[in-house]
Amino acid sequence: MYAQMVKTDGKGIKPREEMTPEEQRFQDRIDAGEKIEPKEWMPEAYRQNLIRQIGQHAHSEIVGQLPEGNWITRAPTLERKAILLAKVQDEAGHGLYLYCAAETLGVSRDELTEALLSGKMKYSSIFNYPTLNWADIGAVGWLVDGAAIMNQVPLQRTSFGPYSRAMIRICKEESFHQRQGYDIMMKMARGTPEQREMAQDALDRYWYPSLMMFGPSDKDSVHSAQSMAWKIKINTNDELRQKFVDQTVPQAKYLGLTIPDPELKWNEEKGGHDFSEPDWSEFYAVLKGNGPCNRDRLEARQNAWEDGRWFRDGLVAHAKKADARRAAARVAAE
Amino acid sequence: MSSEWPLWEVFIRGQHGLNHRHVGSLHAPDAEMAIRHARDVYTRRNEGVSIWAVKSEDIAASSPSEKGPLFDPANDKVYRHPTFYDIPDEVGHM
Amino acid sequence: MPSLPDVMTPDAEALAKAAGNGARAPLAAGTLAHDLFTGLTRLGDNALILGHRVSEWCGHAPVLEEDIALANVALDLIGQTQLWLGLAGEVEGRGRSADNLAFLRDAWHFSNILLVERPNRDFGHTLMRQFLFDAWHQPMLKALEDSNDARIAEIAAKAGKEVAYHLERSADLVIRLGDGTEESHARMQDALERLWPWTGEAFVADDIDLRLAEAGLMPAPESLRPVWDATLTEVLSEATLTTPDSTFAHTGGKQGRHTEDMGHILSSMQWLQRAYPGATW
Repeated sequence: MYAQMVKTDGKGIKPREEMTPEEQRFQDRIDAGEKIEPKEWMPEAYRQNLIRQIGQHAHSEIVGQLPEGNWITRAPTLERKAILLAKVQDEAGHGLYLYCAAETLGVSRDELTEALLSGKMKYSSIFNYPTLNWADIGAVGWLVDGAAIMNQVPLQRTSFGPYSRAMIRICKEESFHQRQGYDIMMKMARGTPEQREMAQDALDRYWYPSLMMFGPSDKDSVHSAQSMAWKIKINTNDELRQKFVDQTVPQAKYLGLTIPDPELKWNEEKGGHDFSEPDWSEFYAVLKGNGPCNRDRLEARQNAWEDGRWFRDGLVAHAKKADARRAAARVAAE
Repeated sequence: MSSEWPLWEVFIRGQHGLNHRHVGSLHAPDAEMAIRHARDVYTRRNEGVSIWAVKSEDIAASSPSEKGPLFDPANDKVYRHPTFYDIPDEVGHM
Repeated sequence: MPSLPDVMTPDAEALAKAAGNGARAPLAAGTLAHDLFTGLTRLGDNALILGHRVSEWCGHAPVLEEDIALANVALDLIGQTQLWLGLAGEVEGRGRSADNLAFLRDAWHFSNILLVERPNRDFGHTLMRQFLFDAWHQPMLKALEDSNDARIAEIAAKAGKEVAYHLERSADLVIRLGDGTEESHARMQDALERLWPWTGEAFVADDIDLRLAEAGLMPAPESLRPVWDATLTEVLSEATLTTPDSTFAHTGGKQGRHTEDMGHILSSMQWLQRAYPGATW
């Protein structure tokens, strides 16, 4: 769910008459709905944009394990513990699929990992917010996964074959995530007064960050236009945000919770809700590294990577030894 | 020493006797671990499935659908340069 | 289920009702029902506490594939917890669910072996702990498949399939890391030595174990030792690791005397249930 950071080379859409014959053929294939596969010719900017987008998406899955993982050891029942563990595990799986899709473009997973850990590449800012009470686990599933799914479902039709296939698999596995989140919210919203308080508090804190997940308005953005022409971005940020609000309002009402926006109301004319913009200065502050958890999240990933180096290297060393032993045994047998 | 685990392509045949089908990729230090990882990552341990793992670099592939220069990733690693990662201006230095 | 003596006197039931949740009259010690309840909580608590420890890695493992694999192990163990503690509650007959037992008992009522509550430390220490446990767990479940109690045999058969894979995985990784780099070898040897004194407890029988074995419900603890020894000899020698030369064993976990870590595990695990009694989650 990483539309907010997607940016092309900034030149806007190349007019057809300026395209080389190869570029024209490439655009024709995309327009015809064909999938582009890894070894086929593609414009360099298309490749770069995809590596960045898929990489950011993968990083977001991996960093996204942390806020929810924060509650695995405190989940209130055995079943909730198992569900949460399975969900956070799914996120690791989704990260893995996406890294593999990026790798078909010629970048390695370790290179992408190093780019994340050094701060060269970004992940979705939503994961720089903390999970403070158990209802946050519900809110993350309901709102954050809800927003993510809104972006991911159309991406199943994206033009790059491996990305599209990864998204199909991810969407299939993710169908339970939003539901389990809403299920937690229902239990909390209908529970004791304290549980209700937790549920409202979670909604209050996660509402605007969830709206920010779609990124700033991009209706006039030349960057988005090129990505959309290449079908690596399917909808505008504003379209998706509107869809998200319209979908979520009745769900909140059903829970008896109040969305923290006094301006929120149905607009008959446009057939959607009017709602307040999130505070974009907060959005840019978090992007710059000043969210509540930026430093902790990155440090957790750095520690996992550094502390695990001996383990990864140990297994490589063993594989080499075993290989050498097998080769020696073959020689001896001959 | 720090070497990346090689990439493997995973093929799985389900219970119904169909051919092995490519399901995805993963990293592992050797074939045996690739199969185990495939079991954990791609089957969530369904019983009765057959798994193949093939080193990605050992796969021979047909030419791409269109004529024109074959792009070989190994020959053109623009992504190795830091400047490849174009950070939005709004974000500032990082 | 072979017939158990009925120890559920009307008085005990009334007492339990009056006492409310979490503070019920215990089964009378020395009865077969109490023995069986204890035996089942030992199995369930091992799975619960080890599952809890393993789940602490989720999102922090050295490589994605291992993060996913380890979460599978934790998920298996939590699933086994639900089965064992569910049956324990049923045998107890006081209306306690698996969740009640997991989240509302205090440390001295937990009866897992001490090994599973040892902290994770590094990934090698976690894997070594897993291997030492799996090498016992697998033959334990195998023996439980022959229990006179069909419910126990059924759970053991299901868990046994999962644990056979846990052992295959942990043994293989111990071998690879033991016979990997100098550093990985040193870390695995260190882990083995640190964990060694906590391994013997699983094979030390108390009266409850003996009566359960006599009744054909669960195996005698020492009967599992030869298989465990054989697995260790094979795996540790291939891993080029040296088995510590000591037979000293810390004990007490099975009887509810735990290490300092146990209180910390429970204080996070049980916090929500304790802070908001009676809430539904």
